[in-house]
Amino acid sequence: MATDHSRITARFMISPAVFLLLGWMIVPLSMTIYFSFLNYNLLSPGLEEWIGLTNYEFFLTDPAFFEALANTLQLVLGVLFLTVCGGVGLAVLLDQPMWGQGIVRILVIAPFFIMPTVSALVWKNMFMNPVNGLFAHLAKGLGLEAFDFFGQAPLLSITFIVAWQWLPFATLIFLTALQSLDKEQIEAAKMDGARKFNRFYHIVLPHLSRAITVVILILTIFLLSIFAEILVTTNGGPGYASTNITYLVYAQSLLQFDVGGGSAGGIVAVVLANIVAVFLMRMIGKNLEN
Amino acid sequence: MKRITQIFCAAAVVSLASGAAFAQSLTIATVNNGDMIRMQKLTSDFTEKNPGIELNWVTLEENVLRQRVTTDIATKGGQYDIMTIGTYEVPIWAREGWLVSLDDLPASYDIDDLLPAIRGGLSVDGSLYAAPFYGESSMVMYRTDLMEKAGLTMPDAPTWDFIREAAKAMTDKDNEVYGVCLRGKAGWGENAAFITAMSNSFGARWFDLDWNPQFDGNAWKETLNFYLEMMEESGPPGASSNGFNENLALFQTGKCGMWIDATVAASFVTNPNDSQVHDRVGFALAPDKGLGKRGNWLWAWSLAIPAGSQKVEAAKKFINWATSKDYLALVASKEGWANVPPGTRTSLYENPEYAKVPFAQMTLDSINSADPTNPAVDPVPYVGIQFVAIPEFQGIATAVGQQFSAALAGQISADVALKNAQDLTERAMKKAGYIK
Amino acid sequence: MAQKKIPYQKIAVTAFAWAVGMAIFFPILWTFLTGFKTEAVAIASPPVFFNFEWTLENYDAVFERADYFRFFMNSVIISVGSTVLGLLIAIPAAWAMAFVPGKQTKNILMWMLSTKMLPPVGVLVPIYLLFRDFGMLDTRFGLLFVLTLINLPIIVWMLYTYFREIPVEILEAARMDGAPLLNEVVHILTPMALPGIASTLLLNIILAWNEAFWTINLTTVDAAPLTAFIASFSSPEGLFYAKLSAASTMAIAPILIMGWFCQKQLVRGLTFGAVK
Repeated sequence: MATDHSRITARFMISPAVFLLLGWMIVPLSMTIYFSFLNYNLLSPGLEEWIGLTNYEFFLTDPAFFEALANTLQLVLGVLFLTVCGGVGLAVLLDQPMWGQGIVRILVIAPFFIMPTVSALVWKNMFMNPVNGLFAHLAKGLGLEAFDFFGQAPLLSITFIVAWQWLPFATLIFLTALQSLDKEQIEAAKMDGARKFNRFYHIVLPHLSRAITVVILILTIFLLSIFAEILVTTNGGPGYASTNITYLVYAQSLLQFDVGGGSAGGIVAVVLANIVAVFLMRMIGKNLEN
Repeated sequence: MKRITQIFCAAAVVSLASGAAFAQSLTIATVNNGDMIRMQKLTSDFTEKNPGIELNWVTLEENVLRQRVTTDIATKGGQYDIMTIGTYEVPIWAREGWLVSLDDLPASYDIDDLLPAIRGGLSVDGSLYAAPFYGESSMVMYRTDLMEKAGLTMPDAPTWDFIREAAKAMTDKDNEVYGVCLRGKAGWGENAAFITAMSNSFGARWFDLDWNPQFDGNAWKETLNFYLEMMEESGPPGASSNGFNENLALFQTGKCGMWIDATVAASFVTNPNDSQVHDRVGFALAPDKGLGKRGNWLWAWSLAIPAGSQKVEAAKKFINWATSKDYLALVASKEGWANVPPGTRTSLYENPEYAKVPFAQMTLDSINSADPTNPAVDPVPYVGIQFVAIPEFQGIATAVGQQFSAALAGQISADVALKNAQDLTERAMKKAGYIK
Repeated sequence: MAQKKIPYQKIAVTAFAWAVGMAIFFPILWTFLTGFKTEAVAIASPPVFFNFEWTLENYDAVFERADYFRFFMNSVIISVGSTVLGLLIAIPAAWAMAFVPGKQTKNILMWMLSTKMLPPVGVLVPIYLLFRDFGMLDTRFGLLFVLTLINLPIIVWMLYTYFREIPVEILEAARMDGAPLLNEVVHILTPMALPGIASTLLLNIILAWNEAFWTINLTTVDAAPLTAFIASFSSPEGLFYAKLSAASTMAIAPILIMGWFCQKQLVRGLTFGAVK
């Protein structure tokens, strides 16, 4: 079908994007790999020397590392769970006939436009603060003791904030997918007397499966490097309770200014991200093939 | 690093060409603290006196600011002409040759007027490397009305045991009054600073003379347990995320009985515009444990010029303006003496007008009683009260602070927190080559 | 037949949907309202909703402290600029991948996406050093460059999935008719691809507007966008809820309003190949 000529043209058209990304990846990455073998602290210049794998050894044996790994997984999976379930629910809801659908949709998608730093600041101070936050006022009004969100459940609180930001994105994609659902199929199912739940389970959900995979892929990419929300709310604590890999790398390289150690951490994070990527790509690839 | 520079040296030509265009605009990096924001508002006074110098402010939250300026100065990025840094950074950076010496400020600056403790903290080998904008120690700020209600009298120099008893007596959780508000938010400049200063009075220290961390000792155990128990009895909810700013807001809205923190806060809690309890605040020295050391620290936010700056002369003009006696008078004329940046100059404390300010004497006494060269009961190999002036400290202390914060949140016990602190400090000190 | 049956179900659905919508939107509304309160009212217990004395003092304070319009213009230039630049690079690439797929197309696409998984904090120091050596620190050009590269994978992916849904038969029919390539692009492809391009454009403006790591770390004054503006209000001394709210409202309002006005265009192409 495609001629040699068009193949050459195609390659020509792809190459700027590929070369730019290749450069963006290779230049900093090779510098990072180089730094990761050095004893390089920004605050003690002139002492850089080759120390082999020491940085990796320290990073991987750091007790914080495994906790951060677990936190990263928990955070990604938690947000995915909330946004996918919530998103499907919301999309189905918004797909029903109602008055003022347009306005409801505007309300629902609003969080997507909010800067992560702003949303973290607002949630942290004005809602989850155990003395002056709105939730604390609410608890007091009900005669309960205010809950200390970031002290008692730091990771869950962050999961919740992040899910609030990404819920609209998932909802929008599901909604678009729903609207392409063959209405006749639904009507036919109705005629057959299929109950609502069955209709949802056997027709709607399979139809959405592709959209769900896509949402999982895109969100995972963003969720693996969650950073601003943690920095603003908990600084990774208490202890390491809300430190993810990205934050751990940050702590190494920009709190301790240990560029060598931070670079080793960065490389570890890249390797881990690529393992996740391979899994995801397999999953998505299968689902998007046809 | 040299290699990279060489590879891209051609690019340097481009950057030179683009950098030379704006000769006289100063970029100043500063913290978003009240006194700095006031300075920002008053700059028209400077620009009128110095036409041709334009000021660009980069005002950032403390942690972000610190990360930005440190990255910039260590990589010689040259983004700032003046940086706001503290007593922790100055000696380390000056030794690296990263700062311009300020010995040649004009005579009107009157360098000998600076408080000796503050000046000492900002000098290396007798040369001043940063001009103090405001200086602080820490002290007890308490609510006189609540103290009276509890039937107690605050001595000028309280002990930790008195503080704990008083806190218990003042606490009324149903009415949201908490006897004592202390820093719990993790960070070397937050809870680690407070607890380190506190530990000095309990006879603890960070390192022995061979740089071995001391968290496994009894003094630390006593310190942390005392802190945790007192906060458990009388602290506010969510204390593990309260830093200086959060506690200030709590105190200003009448929710704290006592607050042990920076002396500079005194002007905020007594300011009728911001504080609901401005007429009911008393001051006392930081507590002790009868071991000869008080739990107060020493800090000065200061202005410094990065070495290699092209605009040293203009920058010195600005620093001279912002930290001069005239600036103090300027603030006093516009906002009253109580709002003058405190803790830098002897002449300020000799000024009869300033002596009327209720917290003036207590601030001066606190600053004068702090001794950074001899912070702990036992001898130590380092300088600094609430910090250890080595580059590795901020990373280590932030991680240690996280452990204390986790203990405060009730997630781990004091013993586990101290054990983790000991292990992680040991690891870091090994990696940095202090201990083999 | 009873045509005028009361639509109980529709009423219930409407009420429920509105409740959910308000709940999700509430934090933004609350921020907006708090921006007009005094600091004391902002933390009042019980909280006050509408019946307070509205004040502009927080906005005054924010304007007095920061040159809002400079930050705003930088945000606009950087987010729009990087998106347009990204589109210019991505459209040919995505088109070629969609219409002349080779054996490696899928792998290239996946590799592109995987570059987005690098944690930015890990490469800050190298990038900072490079920027210093190229004189790109605190320049809009530098940020344009970084943000373009960061979002390029998403742009390519989004366009690719959209282009792929354009039926090849139409193109072939046009080719049979002997339409020249230019015609093919202008008259057939462009109209069909436009919704996808518009939606990609919008999504990436949003992502670039809200990017808060590189924009804060690589700028100081000249190129600093609204994310840096917010960083100066994030935890000051004393009571700050009202001022924070005012500053937050100013930082998010432009993009929120744009998003609302363009939501139809945004949604139309936002499928990522999720819809067959």
